[in-house]
Amino acid sequence: MSGGFATLFRKEVLRFWKVSFQTVAAPVLSALLYLVIFSHALAAHVEAYPGVGYTQFLVPGLAMMSMLQNAFANASSSLIQSKITGNIVFILLAPLTPGDLFAAYLLAAVVRAVVVGAGVIVAVAWLVPLPLPNVLWLAAFALAGAGILGALGIVAGIWAEKFDQLAAFQNFLVMPLTFLAGVFYSIDSLPPFWQAASRLNPFFYAIDGFRYAFFGRSDVSPWTSLAIASATLCALSWMTLRLLRSGYKLRH
Amino acid sequence: MAGPAVEVRDARKRFGGVRALDGVSLAVEEGEFFALLGPNGAGKTTLISALAGLVRPDAGRLRVMGRDVASEYREARRLLGIVPQEIVFDPFFTVREILELQAGYFGLRASRPWIGELLERLALGPKADANMRSLSGGMKRRVMVAQALVHRPPVIVLDEPTAGVDVELRQTLWQFVRELNAAGHTIVLTTHYLEEAQNLCSRIAMMKAGRIVALDSTRSLLAAFSERVLRVKLDGCALPATLAAGAVQDAAGWHRIPVENAAQVESALARLREAGARVSHLEVAEPELEEVFVKIMGRDDAAPREAA
Repeated sequence: MSGGFATLFRKEVLRFWKVSFQTVAAPVLSALLYLVIFSHALAAHVEAYPGVGYTQFLVPGLAMMSMLQNAFANASSSLIQSKITGNIVFILLAPLTPGDLFAAYLLAAVVRAVVVGAGVIVAVAWLVPLPLPNVLWLAAFALAGAGILGALGIVAGIWAEKFDQLAAFQNFLVMPLTFLAGVFYSIDSLPPFWQAASRLNPFFYAIDGFRYAFFGRSDVSPWTSLAIASATLCALSWMTLRLLRSGYKLRH
Repeated sequence: MAGPAVEVRDARKRFGGVRALDGVSLAVEEGEFFALLGPNGAGKTTLISALAGLVRPDAGRLRVMGRDVASEYREARRLLGIVPQEIVFDPFFTVREILELQAGYFGLRASRPWIGELLERLALGPKADANMRSLSGGMKRRVMVAQALVHRPPVIVLDEPTAGVDVELRQTLWQFVRELNAAGHTIVLTTHYLEEAQNLCSRIAMMKAGRIVALDSTRSLLAAFSERVLRVKLDGCALPATLAAGAVQDAAGWHRIPVENAAQVESALARLREAGARVSHLEVAEPELEEVFVKIMGRDDAAPREAA
């Protein structure tokens, strides 16, 4: 890690912090709207776990979904903006290693995710009584989930050449995978085929484990979830680093 | 021993069917003010990008102060400051923030005094805390120059730094770059303003179709391809036969009579007087790089070659 890493990380955090109304306040508001609408429509009908009301059940999932989406958005939009405006050249001219670039973009994505996730939980805590979470599980799944999407955001930002390509990546991959990862329901309530399909979605484990931190209950053992989420993070990180080392779409 | 400031050995790069670099070799010595000239698409920017590590050559070696730009890229990039051709900027930050970030990418922390000096020298002081978005094109260009210098690189490459820049900035910029050169920095410059290259650079490489077609000192190139001429326009009479032999008449009706020194100017004028020719306009033109450039680019060996 060179001295340049710390500066690039700081720049990436400043970049979203300077427009935090869009990058933090807006996703917190969206999560609140989901909560109000879904809890109003469904609270009377569903009790996800015994003793856990639907509105309570919804909160960790919504917080995690916001974290996943914002981790992805932070890394991918920063990279594609720099590529399209051309100012990425100043980073490419500096003696930063592929590891520096990877760590800086990934950690900044995690920071944004954590700020948004904390924002959602603090905002919701006024409306919905929540049990005190287990901090270790909470942190482990927050970091793993945000890390996975941060790495995916770097890959998408490097690969996409235009904003609509990035939007396609987001709309056809990230959105469906986060929405179908059990944010709004326990997968035990699904028919067997969809249960099996959900178990192939790595985002499901991040959400399920994050929920365990609050309720001590989950669809899958938190250890299994943590193992799968960590393995996914490692595999994606390895791939992203290889991509950065190869100079793919960055150095011609 | 570090070797030359910039060393390129047989660099090759193809983009699809185009040979952007077709076996380029050159060396720029430490402390030189070197020009890289050529028409658009000749490969100048590709060569600079290869030096900066933005383009990966298919073959060949490139070194900056003896450091290989691929295997020792971190050292090489610390020794090199590049001002890219396109105006690019990060709209999220102010001028000062941009420069502090750029210094940070190079691992430099205590660079405030030098950043202050750069801001002052490039007349950016009043805009130091303005957002990049609010700056004019010329101001953005100055910020890019400051960004390239923020880590005090011994080798500075300016890729058409004066394209679309007003006269005042051009002069401030050249004065500053000259001082940097005098202080020992090696300067490599590309420009389409050949007068700038002629006035500033001691050595020149000309590129065409990915190859170096001329590489020599500015003085030798001027001596070999251009000459001092006496230009005269006559009032309704022909050039005397004694002068007509070596002279050429251009489309505007000017006669160009080669002259080596003041004595030959005098004798040419004496012959005009003897012949009773009435001279309406007269000037002595010094050798010009533009003429050198046109002649070299027009030679057969400089003809573009398609990739096989």
